[in-house]
Amino acid sequence: MSASKHGSLLQTDPHTKKRNAAEKRFRMYGLSAIAIALIALVILLVSIISNGASSFRQTYLSFPVTINAAEIEAAESALLKTGAYNKIIQTSLLTYLTENDLLQDIPEEDAFGMISDEAGATFREFILANPEAAGTSFQLNLLANGRIDGYFKGRVTAQTALLDKNVTPAQLVMADRLAEQGALVKRFNWAFFTNPDASDQRPEAAGLGVAILGSFYMMAVVLFLALPIGVAASIYLEEFARKSWITDVIEVNIANLAAVPSIVYGILGLAIFINFAELNQSSPLVGGLVLTLMTLPTIIISTRASLKSIPPSIRDAALGVGASKMQSVFHHVLPLAAPGILTGTIIGLAQALGETAPLLLIGMVAFVKEYPAAWSPDAGLFGEASTALPVQVFNWTQRSDPAFVERASGAIITLLIFLLIMNALAIFLRKKFERRW
Amino acid sequence: MTNIKISAKGVQVYYGDNHAIKDVDVQIEDKTVTAFIGPSGCGKSTFLRCLNRMNDTIDICRVQGDIRIDNEDIYDPAVDPVQLRAKVGMVFQKPNPFPKSIYDNVAYGPKIHGLARNKADLDEIVEKSLRKAALWTEAKDRLDAPGTGLSGGQQQRLCIARAIATAPEILLMDEPCSALDPIATAQVEELIDELRQSYSVVIVTHSMQQAARVSQKTAFFHLGNLVEYGVTDKIFTNPEDPRTESYISGRIG
Repeated sequence: MSASKHGSLLQTDPHTKKRNAAEKRFRMYGLSAIAIALIALVILLVSIISNGASSFRQTYLSFPVTINAAEIEAAESALLKTGAYNKIIQTSLLTYLTENDLLQDIPEEDAFGMISDEAGATFREFILANPEAAGTSFQLNLLANGRIDGYFKGRVTAQTALLDKNVTPAQLVMADRLAEQGALVKRFNWAFFTNPDASDQRPEAAGLGVAILGSFYMMAVVLFLALPIGVAASIYLEEFARKSWITDVIEVNIANLAAVPSIVYGILGLAIFINFAELNQSSPLVGGLVLTLMTLPTIIISTRASLKSIPPSIRDAALGVGASKMQSVFHHVLPLAAPGILTGTIIGLAQALGETAPLLLIGMVAFVKEYPAAWSPDAGLFGEASTALPVQVFNWTQRSDPAFVERASGAIITLLIFLLIMNALAIFLRKKFERRW
Repeated sequence: MTNIKISAKGVQVYYGDNHAIKDVDVQIEDKTVTAFIGPSGCGKSTFLRCLNRMNDTIDICRVQGDIRIDNEDIYDPAVDPVQLRAKVGMVFQKPNPFPKSIYDNVAYGPKIHGLARNKADLDEIVEKSLRKAALWTEAKDRLDAPGTGLSGGQQQRLCIARAIATAPEILLMDEPCSALDPIATAQVEELIDELRQSYSVVIVTHSMQQAARVSQKTAFFHLGNLVEYGVTDKIFTNPEDPRTESYISGRIG
């Protein structure tokens, strides 16, 4: 039977048993590592989404408002125009409340306090944009106060209202009554993406508009500077430069630059672009320049890697038929390396989009209420003050009102969605243009 | 002799400190197939790549000595290697078509050298080259198909078509059949024999049978030296140098 020196194959020998056990253990290590990573990701996403999802819906007060031409004229000539418009809103609200017998025992002041301080400005903008509305009665949607919004999102209760000087329990009772009437509704918060930042007292009006635009400008600067410079540098180093100790030094330093903490680039930007070149601080131009410096090593490294991955036989083939060095690179090598370069660039941009630290140093942490123009005679290209998405998150998390915690999480979700879109685009482009040979 | 196309005298090639080619003298005739044979690492491919200055792309490679084509020193500073390579075409060991269409593969050389005035000219060059490379009948209905989609033998013939499309005078072939099966090899060998009508062909090969079949002259390289050079029949039947004899009979290499 099993007379062979190996013994029976039907019986696992102790040595093999030990090896199999070790293999099983190693698999368990791997699986548990992946499980821990996945759990961490899930916890992160759940906490952000549970905190921030509500920021995409906002509570609005909806009731008929009447205004005539004389009132508009009076309000426009007032010193505090939005204050005058607020008065008109309050009158209209009072009319609505008494008509529907909603006021009852609640003080008028409390009822007025339910409207956001931002409402006057919103109303004024509406009137200026629609002058034909004068003299008619129309339905107006106005932001409810942040506390009332919080009440409908579970942040504010009758108990907390007792301790809070910004909201009274009576206002919550009124909020319930208005909701019953259909005058207090939650709807999708488009303003979150279009409004600029707002002050501490009116979180309900705070939006990401300026931050998104600022980030977009910076990405434009990064793309138009880092991509051509990075690709040109990589092509030169990879295809043209003779290998010598100089290129070695450059190579090592590019790798080192990729590992430099991003805040160092902020200090550099502050010293060079703002203090020396005297560009405007807080401007997307300076932010973009700093992020360009930061992104360059990433783009150079990925571009060189994709150039290296093109088989030398393609270069030989091109040179063999008498193409010049440049023709062989631009006609053959570069098109084949393009998907890799594109992917690296998008990943670099995504990294730059989420970068906060260097932007704090160049003043992009400022409170900016005006949309920055892409070009203005005073500030030049991308020279007007702006903020950026990650900095806006940082800003909001520092504010005391819990409504800003919700906003910050909402901003993080927005940022993550942008990053996901960019990464998906990178994967899509790579799959689409990848050539096999 | 007026028939000499390439004349090399005292050629030395160094890869850094490594002396790869030692003092090679050789006269290569026009309208002739010349085979370079020898064991791996003997320098035959290196020497071949000197003839169209492909070694220029290797930083550490230095070439000394005198190589003349049509009595012009190709290492003269006035010579642009790009112009040289249009005159001296090359086919590589591994078929390396561009990842483009069959048409674009062949048309690329004429395009960059400005050999075609218009599309009709270019079409004609492409057809002529593919016909010469014995690929026309197989490829004419799918000129837009990618060159990389062809079989190995067809790819190599496409590379030959691409090389002759620039109207070279000399064709260098670096082990053109080593990646091909016997049938494809036979086709390429047949093709080489026809190409001899128009070009001076220099072929590096590992297969002594191939050298015997396709070439009229044979050069045997060993350890960077050109050991023996002469008429193919004589090299294979009655070599002068004992090293050639050993290699041919399979004792070294």
